[in-house]
Amino acid sequence: MNWIPGIFRRRRLFDELSEEMRLHLEERVEQLTREGLSPEEANRQARIAFGNPAVIEERSREVWQWPTLESIRADVRFAVRALRRSPGFSVAAVLTLALAIGANAVVFSVLNAFLLRPLNVARPNSLYELQHGNEASAYQSYPDYLDLRDRNRSFDSLVAYTADEVGLDTGSGDASEVWIEEASGNYFDALGLQPYVGRFFHTADEHGADSAPDIVLSYEYWHAHFHDDRSVVGRVVTLNRHPFTILGVAPRDFNGTLLFFNPAMFVPLVEHPALGENDLTTRGDRWVFDVMGYLKPGGTRAEAIADLNGIGKQLEKTYPKDESTMTFTLVRPGLYGDYLGRPVKAFMAGLMLLTMLILLAACANLGSLFAARAADRSREVALRLALGSTRKRILRALFTEAVLISLAGGAVGLAGSVALLRALTAWRPFTSYPLHLAVNPDVNVYVVALLLALVSGLLFGAVPVRQVLRTNPYEVIKAGPGGSTRQRVSAREILLAAQIAICAVLVTSSLVAVRGLALSLHAPFGFDIEHTMLAEIDLGMAGYSGDRVAPMQKRLIHAMEGIPGVEAVGLADAVPFGMGLGDAIVFRDNASDLRPTNAAADAYLLHVSPGYFRAAGTSLLTGRDFSWQDDKNAPRVAVVNGEFARLLFGSVNAAIGRYYKLRDGTRIQVVGVAEDGKYYNLTETPQPAQFVPILQSPSASTTLVVRARAVGNHAPELLGTAMRNRLRQLDAGMPVNIETRAKPLEVTLFGPRMATVALGVLGLMGAMLSITGIFGMAAYSVSRRLKELGIRIALGAQRRELLQAALGRAVKLLAIGSAAGLVLGLLATRVLVHIVYQATPRDPLVLAGVVFAMAVLGLVATWIPAQRALSVDPLVLLREE
Amino acid sequence: MTQPSARDLFPGALEMMILESLRRQPAHGYALVQHIQQRSNNLLQVEEGSLYPALQRLLKARLVKAEWGVSATNRRVRTYQITAAGLRHLEQQISSFERMFEGITLVLNPGKSPAS
Repeated sequence: MNWIPGIFRRRRLFDELSEEMRLHLEERVEQLTREGLSPEEANRQARIAFGNPAVIEERSREVWQWPTLESIRADVRFAVRALRRSPGFSVAAVLTLALAIGANAVVFSVLNAFLLRPLNVARPNSLYELQHGNEASAYQSYPDYLDLRDRNRSFDSLVAYTADEVGLDTGSGDASEVWIEEASGNYFDALGLQPYVGRFFHTADEHGADSAPDIVLSYEYWHAHFHDDRSVVGRVVTLNRHPFTILGVAPRDFNGTLLFFNPAMFVPLVEHPALGENDLTTRGDRWVFDVMGYLKPGGTRAEAIADLNGIGKQLEKTYPKDESTMTFTLVRPGLYGDYLGRPVKAFMAGLMLLTMLILLAACANLGSLFAARAADRSREVALRLALGSTRKRILRALFTEAVLISLAGGAVGLAGSVALLRALTAWRPFTSYPLHLAVNPDVNVYVVALLLALVSGLLFGAVPVRQVLRTNPYEVIKAGPGGSTRQRVSAREILLAAQIAICAVLVTSSLVAVRGLALSLHAPFGFDIEHTMLAEIDLGMAGYSGDRVAPMQKRLIHAMEGIPGVEAVGLADAVPFGMGLGDAIVFRDNASDLRPTNAAADAYLLHVSPGYFRAAGTSLLTGRDFSWQDDKNAPRVAVVNGEFARLLFGSVNAAIGRYYKLRDGTRIQVVGVAEDGKYYNLTETPQPAQFVPILQSPSASTTLVVRARAVGNHAPELLGTAMRNRLRQLDAGMPVNIETRAKPLEVTLFGPRMATVALGVLGLMGAMLSITGIFGMAAYSVSRRLKELGIRIALGAQRRELLQAALGRAVKLLAIGSAAGLVLGLLATRVLVHIVYQATPRDPLVLAGVVFAMAVLGLVATWIPAQRALSVDPLVLLREE
Repeated sequence: MTQPSARDLFPGALEMMILESLRRQPAHGYALVQHIQQRSNNLLQVEEGSLYPALQRLLKARLVKAEWGVSATNRRVRTYQITAAGLRHLEQQISSFERMFEGITLVLNPGKSPAS
């Protein structure tokens, strides 16, 4: 490695050499003068004897140079000069690449954040979530969790957590709703975390329900709401009006074990009942959101699954009334296993593929630009070849230009994407959920961007290679520009067709997505989203319980009905797409063995008040609505939806008057059938649902549905304000969340919307790239054939013939590329169907849209070259020669 | 391109002569040229300047080392000195040169033995 100090010593070395040579000459001159020559003659003789000092110095320097590095530096300097001479070309090339690499960096960054970055816990790679074998969820009941935790032999320790929204009062009198993570006592210890301030809760602190009213704040919440105040440790605050003590603050980068869901604080799981939620003893009540653990060293995933399935079998046998199938599989916990993980993975992989295609299109584009440039510079190349430059050296110069462009493009693109990603990270898409899309770029992203830039530089730099290798200096200089023979199909044309195809794929899929999204907003939801407001009130959080709930709910309804302009009011424990929508398994009336495996259906369960259907805009197909007489003393009744009726009774009309059973054996008579709807997800298949009177099975969680008359001037904000005032009059200390009926759907639509936006942006980029690609090719072919066009005009060619000659090839390429892209795009949208509701490629509007878009694109791209071709003046051209 | 006849040495010849001269005594560039020309009875007309790239190559290979000083004639000069590695290298070069010379002589004068 002795060239390293060499580099620094070099300057001194060369100075010494010059000095030495000067002294040598001096000595020689002196000698010659002494021999009797005149000073001038002596000087001349000395110089002749010495040789050319510049050449000698150069050759002496070469001895010390690291040859490749030095000549690369020379190449770079030459390339910079060449690029500066054509700033338009350079800027266009850099921007094209910046867009493509920027898009790749953004998508990769998101993919990195979602799929590659591990959770902020110890040994994230051996942490597994216990997902059910038969469905993509990990819900367990608390007793099941305890049994799994204590009986398994494969995990170091099993931890559990669930998320919940509670009313927090810090004593300053301002109650707020926050999201908490309720975690098992071993949570922090098992995950290998150390508190930032104070201490954590531990297994030893738990002694059954409500035994550890403690809080560990998340760093973020502590920082934002307690202003880094270390003295909060020991302070008592209330959650749902129960006192809790702050123990400490979690580490800075730890935001729970569900990606992007950042809870405000951690509370022991055993406090769940104290917060007014499910108890710790009902085995059939699966409310614990997630169970996970570290595999024991040396244990395999398969062994652990077998172990868990064994425990599952025992539990099924011991508690046949409570347990349904208990099989397990082990998955990654960050995105809740396969539930989010699978669609996110599929979509991100698809998106990454599309952005890579964009980059490829950009490379194709730049490749043809470079080929055109190389052709324009064929004279220069020929001259250099004639002067003795090797082809290798010329190619190296071209590659240096390409890599320079790609690095500049990569840098600009990366800078842009970093800005975009920062904005995304700061963005809070929902006010009611603590979702933080932490997608900050990290080293991975930078490395990938650099690699992509280099690879694409080499890719498009390689396009003109053949051209240069074939250059015959004699022919080029003799024939002049434009005289070279035309090939049948050039590589550039294939590249362009491929690029147009890629663009058409993107345009097709983004149109399919946009159209699907538009359709999904007008799909039959089974309820009305216009002119309707929701008020979510947790009467439990407000201290109402038992017999006080029902009268309060009646008063709530009356209060709402008193607002002028209100047409209908109803309430339910939860509404479709709202939080906390429950479900229950049901049995046929003749079923006697009520074990879960014998259930006829698992149907959504809504506890609703009389008038709910009218307020929600859910029409009854047959039968009657509930009345206030359907209370605890009346026979149990239900309204079911069409799907439920078909599943249990064969048809809608057969359902009225028939009975079904709940798990506890209660017989319920169907008194009405409501229309089908969507309950949880826009892409779901028809789901069974049952509605029961809220008086017969009371619930403290309450969502008021308030529907205004559809006469114009009732802005939702006004109605919302009126509702808030009335509710405050009833009970000022009641936490209330008022929103439009459409709002909860937005959470569901978030994914599809993001997908559509992403595809739209990519489609737009693809279109831009195609336009520049076609434009470049058309403009180039027109400018090369100006002379020919001039002669055609002189011979009396018509405009149509002229355009055909000038642009026929470009248009043909456009047509072929678009057709191929359309077919591929339609195939690609099969993936989209799983993400965007009602995305169907079999839509005439989409097909027409794609054809129209590609036609417009072609028109825009060929407009200027066409004008130029038409305005050719043969006289001017002939004079120029 | 025409090369000056004085450069018509085989590669490494100039380096070998420089090393041999320096083995006898350290010298600066000018003195080295003088020495080589005198010893060869002016048969070898080395272009004086071409000495310097050769010296740089030797410096880089650490076969010689250089030091600024004052000469006997009271001039500021950079004096070169052969290193231990230079001596070893010179010995190898000379022996391989002698073998080559012997071979060439045999070819040029068939029948005569160089030993006789």
